[in-house]
Amino acid sequence: MEYLIGIQGQDFVLVAADNIAANSIIQMKQDQDKMFKLSDKILLLCVGEAGDTVQFAEYIQKNIQLYKMRNGYELSPKAAANFTRKNLADYLRSRTPYHVNLLLAGFDETDGPGLYYMDHLSALAKAPFAAHGYGAYLTLSILDRYYRPDLTRDEAVDLLKKCIEELNKRFILNLPSFSVRLIDKEGIHDLEKLMPVGAK
Amino acid sequence: LNPGKIEFLHGTTTLAFKFQHGVIVAVDSRATAGSYIASQTVKKVIEINPYLLGTMAGGAADCSFWERLLARQCRVYELRNKERISVAAASKLLANMVYQYKGMGLSMGTMVCGWDKTGPGLYYVDSEGNRVCGDLFAVGSGSMYAYGIVDSGLKQKDLTVEEACDLGRRAIYQATYRDAYSGGQVNLYHVHSEGWTRVSQSDVLMLHQQYQAEKA
Repeated sequence: MEYLIGIQGQDFVLVAADNIAANSIIQMKQDQDKMFKLSDKILLLCVGEAGDTVQFAEYIQKNIQLYKMRNGYELSPKAAANFTRKNLADYLRSRTPYHVNLLLAGFDETDGPGLYYMDHLSALAKAPFAAHGYGAYLTLSILDRYYRPDLTRDEAVDLLKKCIEELNKRFILNLPSFSVRLIDKEGIHDLEKLMPVGAK
Repeated sequence: LNPGKIEFLHGTTTLAFKFQHGVIVAVDSRATAGSYIASQTVKKVIEINPYLLGTMAGGAADCSFWERLLARQCRVYELRNKERISVAAASKLLANMVYQYKGMGLSMGTMVCGWDKTGPGLYYVDSEGNRVCGDLFAVGSGSMYAYGIVDSGLKQKDLTVEEACDLGRRAIYQATYRDAYSGGQVNLYHVHSEGWTRVSQSDVLMLHQQYQAEKA
């Protein structure tokens, strides 16, 4: 029901998430933010089971901040992703696994932009583009077809819009708005919310 | 996780919404055990402290126990920090408490309503681990019927306290009309800057007569 998407460019990562917080068949909230700021240049997008999402994401968020306090420098996006995956893996075979699907997006001084895909089975993959949710079935092929590693910011936003228009057209559920953020060497930037209008 | 099955919360309709002059909290008072009506006079609004209210949907024991525990934690916070606890913090305390028991069979869907230094506050917290901030929530088996009334009523801008109370009362009444598991009386509270006030208790059958007469 929930949807996450990430697109990596040459020197930025563009991410978007839907804004619906649902309970059974009811939309409880239409402006839910599913992105968690791990540091100045790292965002964690988190969807999945109620409760697990916020609890796990905040746990990772606080631990990343604690690392910075203890050691004087921040974890890189790659290290943060691996840390997150390790936590998922440790809990996977416990009595209380976290049923969450994640995208971690960040910008590293040395390595540049990075997008990491993680799922509830504790898989981790660095990918040029990725999506979670039923919506991923509809949009991954669009990303396969039109993605190029040298996308500009505007082109990436256009590609994102293509994906969201497809959801609006074919996805059975109504997802009226999406939060969009961009990470580059300057940090995290909030872009305009995307609100697809009417089916074509 | 069962994406196909729609799980209704146990027999109840509770709602709360923010408006210009604070928060309106309206609940029914029926308790059911299967198809048997166990009570028509259940108090589904829990008075946590003079400026915080909690609503009850799901298991009655779970709600009253955990919200009573929450009241204790809020008092401890007040003593330690020499200031009232915020609605956000109170709801987070409750959410974290029940998250420990996730999957063990607790059944609780509650709204934490209050007024703190950031203004009116309304949070939905449940035993699944959900915690969301919002302007309007309805919880329980009759919640969908209540949403219909409040959503259409709130479209008109700027309600007076009287109008907002009528809206809350009407929404619960409509829900009890359609939902077999909701009924009894409508208990209505208003949360404002000075705390909460118990506005009214109206029997649903009396409301029915009143609304029928108005229609004529």
